[in-house]
Amino acid sequence: MQNLGIDVLFKGTNSLRLLSGLWVAVRISLISVMISILLGLIVGVLMTSKNQILKVIFRIYLEIVRIMPQMVLLFIVYFGTTRVFGWNLDAELAAIFVFSFWGIAEMGDLVRGALISIPKIQYESAMALGMNGKQVYYHVILPQTIRRLIPLSINLITRMIKTTSLVMMIGIVEVLKAAQQIIEANRRSSPNAAFGVFAVVFLLYFLICWPISKLSVYLEKRWS
Amino acid sequence: MNDTYITLNAICKRYIAKNGTVEALKNISLSIPKNEIFGVIGLSGAGKSTLVRCINLLERPDAGEIIIDGEKLLQLSKEELRLRRQKIGMIFQHFNLLEQQTVLSNVCFPLEIRGIPRRERQEKALELLEKVGLAEKAQCYPSQLSGGQKQRVAIARVLANDPDILLCDEATSALDPETTKMILELLKEIHDTMGITVIVITHEMKVIQEICSSVAVLENGEVQEVGTVSELFTNPKSRAARRLLLLEEKEDAAYVG
Repeated sequence: MQNLGIDVLFKGTNSLRLLSGLWVAVRISLISVMISILLGLIVGVLMTSKNQILKVIFRIYLEIVRIMPQMVLLFIVYFGTTRVFGWNLDAELAAIFVFSFWGIAEMGDLVRGALISIPKIQYESAMALGMNGKQVYYHVILPQTIRRLIPLSINLITRMIKTTSLVMMIGIVEVLKAAQQIIEANRRSSPNAAFGVFAVVFLLYFLICWPISKLSVYLEKRWS
Repeated sequence: MNDTYITLNAICKRYIAKNGTVEALKNISLSIPKNEIFGVIGLSGAGKSTLVRCINLLERPDAGEIIIDGEKLLQLSKEELRLRRQKIGMIFQHFNLLEQQTVLSNVCFPLEIRGIPRRERQEKALELLEKVGLAEKAQCYPSQLSGGQKQRVAIARVLANDPDILLCDEATSALDPETTKMILELLKEIHDTMGITVIVITHEMKVIQEICSSVAVLENGEVQEVGTVSELFTNPKSRAARRLLLLEEKEDAAYVG
């Protein structure tokens, strides 16, 4: 069997480089995921509002996010704004912005779907107990919504983590870029490294996403 | 009538549906005396659920007046209405308990909302569970209970607010005849011991017969007839009432033979 090229990772600080790349990816996705969940909950509630203007605004927002490839968004925010507005955005900040922009819209839509799937009678019985709007949401609607949201939002979160590999296009050295660099640097000494190193990258993504799926299964069981 | 407690005055309610407007309630006027068990009967679509939701303003009527104990409900501010609602309990066909919480915390829930200290609310909740005969189920979850038991929990929960009115929206329609009877007995007992005015919405004559003293027959969003239950059974004046009675007889016949 041919040499798989994993040995490259044991040379010098290569494995450390890969791991720090992973940390960058995780950091970007974690921050974006948190922003997306928090603001997504609010946007989702607003999406169910009867206000026509709000509805249209969020509809357009959601469509933009759905239609526009994430990479195009990254380019617009990172490269586009530099010339037009003269902003010198930090690449990571731009990435977090784009991922949050995406996440808030999709999360909002998931929240909207979960909210309208809660029967009207749930609102009615809570109101009949003499609760105000906030209390109804906080004590009755949100707990049920969150339970319905878990499997859907876990899917979104893992998608966001995987898609962070795109940020290398705006010059961020995340795990995939680090892997490429390692492979390039060792092109002569271990020409097979591509297989081994990318396999390790795959494994790293798996190690990040798998516990999240497990957590979702656990939460679903616990709350049903 | 000077002992009128709840007055509905020319209530109208329209819904806009895809195929035109639906008049759910047409000019409904009712007077309900204090301390009665008042029934509203009608087939599905007659408007009874809408009517009962107008009493605690879960639905706002398009026209008319709702007066409870001299207070015009439609003129209350949002906050006043919320506080008033705490004294108008409501139970439902499908109980609507919080499935993720124990029976005890379900009953504590309205007290928690009112900001009553933990110890006090648990004491009261246990007392109420005792009253509905479910004290030993306090730590169970709703999914572990039968339909009748769930409705008992819902009743205990509603009593936590010390209501002076209890609205029952098809409260026994999801239960078997035996359980229905037990729940109705419980409602009657609550009415007798706590002096609560009870309004029962149902499509079953049996329920009316079992616990109500007066009844209104509703059809197509209109009150067809109002009177005491014995009047209704011995001398039904409206076609709607006769039809409901006939329906019941047929069912009984089918059940027996």
